[in-house]
Amino acid sequence: MASYSTNEFRGGLKIMLDGDPYTIVENEFVKPGKGQAFNRVKVRNLKTGRVVEKTFKSGDSVEAADVMDTDMQYLYTDGEFWHFMDPQSFEQIAADKAAVGEQAVWLKEQDMCVVTLWNGSPLSVTPPNFVELTITETDPGVRGDTATGGTKPAYMETGAVVKVPLFIEQGEVIRCDTRSGEYVSRVKTD
Amino acid sequence: MTPEWRPSADLAMLRARARLLRDIRRYFAEAGVLEVETPVLSQAAVTDPAIHSMQLAEPVAGCRFLHTSPEFPMKRLLCAGTGDIYQICRVFRGAELGRHHNPEFTLLEWYRLGYDMQRLMTDVEQLLRSVLPSTMTLGPSRFLSYEQAIFEATGLSLARLDIAAIQDALNTAGVPCPPAMPNAIDPWLDLLMSSVVTPQFSDDRLTFIYHYPASQASLARLNPDNPSVAERFEVYIGPMELGNGFHELQDADEQRARFQSDLAKRQQLSLPAMPMDTHLLDALGSGLPDCAGVAVGLDRVLMAFYTKTEIADVISFGAERA
Repeated sequence: MASYSTNEFRGGLKIMLDGDPYTIVENEFVKPGKGQAFNRVKVRNLKTGRVVEKTFKSGDSVEAADVMDTDMQYLYTDGEFWHFMDPQSFEQIAADKAAVGEQAVWLKEQDMCVVTLWNGSPLSVTPPNFVELTITETDPGVRGDTATGGTKPAYMETGAVVKVPLFIEQGEVIRCDTRSGEYVSRVKTD
Repeated sequence: MTPEWRPSADLAMLRARARLLRDIRRYFAEAGVLEVETPVLSQAAVTDPAIHSMQLAEPVAGCRFLHTSPEFPMKRLLCAGTGDIYQICRVFRGAELGRHHNPEFTLLEWYRLGYDMQRLMTDVEQLLRSVLPSTMTLGPSRFLSYEQAIFEATGLSLARLDIAAIQDALNTAGVPCPPAMPNAIDPWLDLLMSSVVTPQFSDDRLTFIYHYPASQASLARLNPDNPSVAERFEVYIGPMELGNGFHELQDADEQRARFQSDLAKRQQLSLPAMPMDTHLLDALGSGLPDCAGVAVGLDRVLMAFYTKTEIADVISFGAERA
């Protein structure tokens, strides 16, 4: 079983704790000039997303988590699974609700996503930072109102709800930031 | 991100470092303390289980270890009759890397004949005040015993402190306990000090902690009136440790016993055995003058004086660019 010494700790390293895979968010080395050294780390549980703090005696080893980020193309969902394909090998993989979670509303067919695999199975899915989506439903646009800064909810083809400026019309394509869930700009389609 | 070839410190910091070195040398020149140099590479190494010596893959003339501090050869110089001495040198410590740790760093170490712990703490304060940049002010220093420092931060009494009580105090402070720890109180005390006690020290002043437990005496003599504590101190600026000093142990037999106890601890921890410095023991045997000595990390002094958060910010090329 591969393992990492605390000396190798750094942001992004994937380790196993209490049977779950974690990623190191922050690593602080604390050591009195004379005396025991410790690594105080913040780690994110890759299954739940929760961040917790841990302390390790420096020099100790922790089991490595077999976690790999892979670029995959989103194909479709059958309602239960979301299907992705490796564009090189054409190998397909199905991610369940637990892995896709709230990101489901940003998945648009053909988009390239990062699928994080743990022991070969999908653990989480990260959509592109920006996606272009068609508005399927929103209140009629207020023409010319580009200055008041007001917003209204708009429903996207993928199920996401995004606050958009008042002048945006149903049927338009907009660019969204998937990290914040915010409207970025109109996309010209001609 | 600046390109990787560029220094990790800015040019103003490089000038500040040069000024600091000049001012320190002036302080010691005025005090009549002799500047010395001792070998970086040696045959013997530190036995302290918490300090890792780097070593050469191909030793030359039996010299194998990079020094982690110039303490042993400087004491041999004292035994040879130099009188007060100081040294500014780069030292090397394995497995130390972080915001406050670079694998090689600059240490200022000095020894004063006839000084005790109290007088040396005053000397440290005077030196640091004399090299303070005009942009920085330091309030009155605090002097706390190890016992007082723990009591102030946690309300716990050192005499009644056991591992379970330390674990409770760590939990209260939101510090998770490490999964694997040796069944000894000192590592737990180290964690309590470095993650609960010292982070509460107020900024912009020096805090001196003295009278460490005898089990952490290192190379300090024990207090003659209370042998449960050592004549050892540490100095902090804000919450950051700057240095460590001793009223030096003169007894060669006691020093040998401490080296052997260190080596026994190394064996328990499956750490490599280190060749103890028998030249130091012989020198102590021939007589070390009554003296006190201290080592101060100059990189951290610069970090504190110029409010830098990363040690690489004060070093021309931090480890990641070296």
